[in-house]
Amino acid sequence: MTDEPAPESSAHTRRTVLKSTAAAAAGTVVASHHTSVASAETAHTGGARTRVTLSVNGERHRIAIEPRVTLLDALRDRLGLTGTKKGCDRGECGACTVLADGERIKSCLTLAVMRQGAEITTVEGLTRGDDLHPVQEAFIRHDAFQCGACTPGQIMSAVACIDEGHAGSEAEIREWMSGNLCRCAAYQNIVAAVADAAEEGRR
Amino acid sequence: MRNFGYTVARTPADAVRTAAGIANSTFVAGGTDLLNLMRDGAETHDHLVDLNRLDLDDVTLDGQTLRIGALARMRGVAEHPRVRREFPVLSEALLASASPQVRNMASIGGNLSQRTRCGYFRDPGSACNKRDPGSGCPAVTGRNRGHAILGGGDHCIATHPSDLAVALTALDATVRLLGPDGARSVPIADFYLLPGTTPDRETAARPGELITRVDVPRTRVAADSRYLKLRDRATFEFAVVSVAAALRTRGRVVRDVRLAFGGIGTRPWRDTRVEAALLGRPLTEAAIGEAGRVLVRDADPRTENGFKVELVQRALASVLNELGGKR
Repeated sequence: MTDEPAPESSAHTRRTVLKSTAAAAAGTVVASHHTSVASAETAHTGGARTRVTLSVNGERHRIAIEPRVTLLDALRDRLGLTGTKKGCDRGECGACTVLADGERIKSCLTLAVMRQGAEITTVEGLTRGDDLHPVQEAFIRHDAFQCGACTPGQIMSAVACIDEGHAGSEAEIREWMSGNLCRCAAYQNIVAAVADAAEEGRR
Repeated sequence: MRNFGYTVARTPADAVRTAAGIANSTFVAGGTDLLNLMRDGAETHDHLVDLNRLDLDDVTLDGQTLRIGALARMRGVAEHPRVRREFPVLSEALLASASPQVRNMASIGGNLSQRTRCGYFRDPGSACNKRDPGSGCPAVTGRNRGHAILGGGDHCIATHPSDLAVALTALDATVRLLGPDGARSVPIADFYLLPGTTPDRETAARPGELITRVDVPRTRVAADSRYLKLRDRATFEFAVVSVAAALRTRGRVVRDVRLAFGGIGTRPWRDTRVEAALLGRPLTEAAIGEAGRVLVRDADPRTENGFKVELVQRALASVLNELGGKR
């Protein structure tokens, strides 16, 4: 069992700058929110932080969170696994797709407390050592992205789509990948990448 | 999202008891509709009772009844071999719903309990008689392209979004409920209420009652059924108009027919007069046309949804011709 990862310390990368800015902004929002609902919160005992054990990419993490924290926010903000993206935060775009016990789900539509005991796989958990997953390789080969924001969700969804046996034709891939939107409209190459990875798996 | 308390229920009775003991609580299963409603402020709850550990996810066919546990997921039911073979309309309706990810998450009980997609309902900045009784219905004179042409009134014209509910309505399903006063069954035709002057009351479920199961009678006609869903885009979209149909003919004569419609009514829409117009008659263009006219006889289209009057008749003709073997 590991605890939450220690914050990055050494290099001041673009990512760490963005992270600390986001944390500062989030702090402001949380503070004002607490003031505005203070009376309602004290009227009942609900909402207290609770200890939750999440199993992510083969590692167990024990964190204390409020019940309202989605699995997506727990992954990104508490475990530092920012590969899973937050797009619409309402189940429409699919950027937050992860696997729970091998099945693809939208992590913004489930609470972290509801996923205790489940084996979660995020895009960070697809590689084997330094080797990319065959679906990741296929996305690179086919240039199946432009801005990349939807890509982790597309890849997680594609892994499940192939595993389910729903990648037999272009039409079938389009139907079964429909829960993942790409605002750059790289669909042509995404479909080609999924078809290629599925074909590779059959060889 | 406003904060809330949370309890994991271990048994159905435990779930009901817990919810009854905590003011302003509700049940959560998949969470795929509820979390968005709570984010938007269309619903507020102080406590959630998690149903996901309940042993209510079996799908069984014993004797003449298909029993679908309320915690079964949409995908599991859609892929069940006997559902696909003996109740294809259920499988097709489920596979035409939402996205693969959501179908892995969403429960059958939750699907039947989901709330309307009416934009005014989902926006707490708008008046809505469903969300805030007595505040008015902006849809009646506002943006109503997606709204009902049947079963509405000046208080509400929102449609129910579930495809599964439409298919279950065609097949005379029964909803099993468990509440503080015990268990009971409600035919699905009585489960969904017309809005009348109380559109905030959507189902016959009493406060604190939990859907535990849906029973579907096994009939020969159910095996010859299908679901036609017309949408604004090819997939991952709610119905503009949909038809759940089951049909048995001998020669060309209609021996048994069940029809229910989505997207046109304020509840999953069944009108047995439409079926009566077909029963015992040859399945001709004239008979199908007459059935369609019966269906829309009482239609009350608004400014933007008048196209549904013709669209649903064409959808009905299309699905009957297909089931009848004309194409």
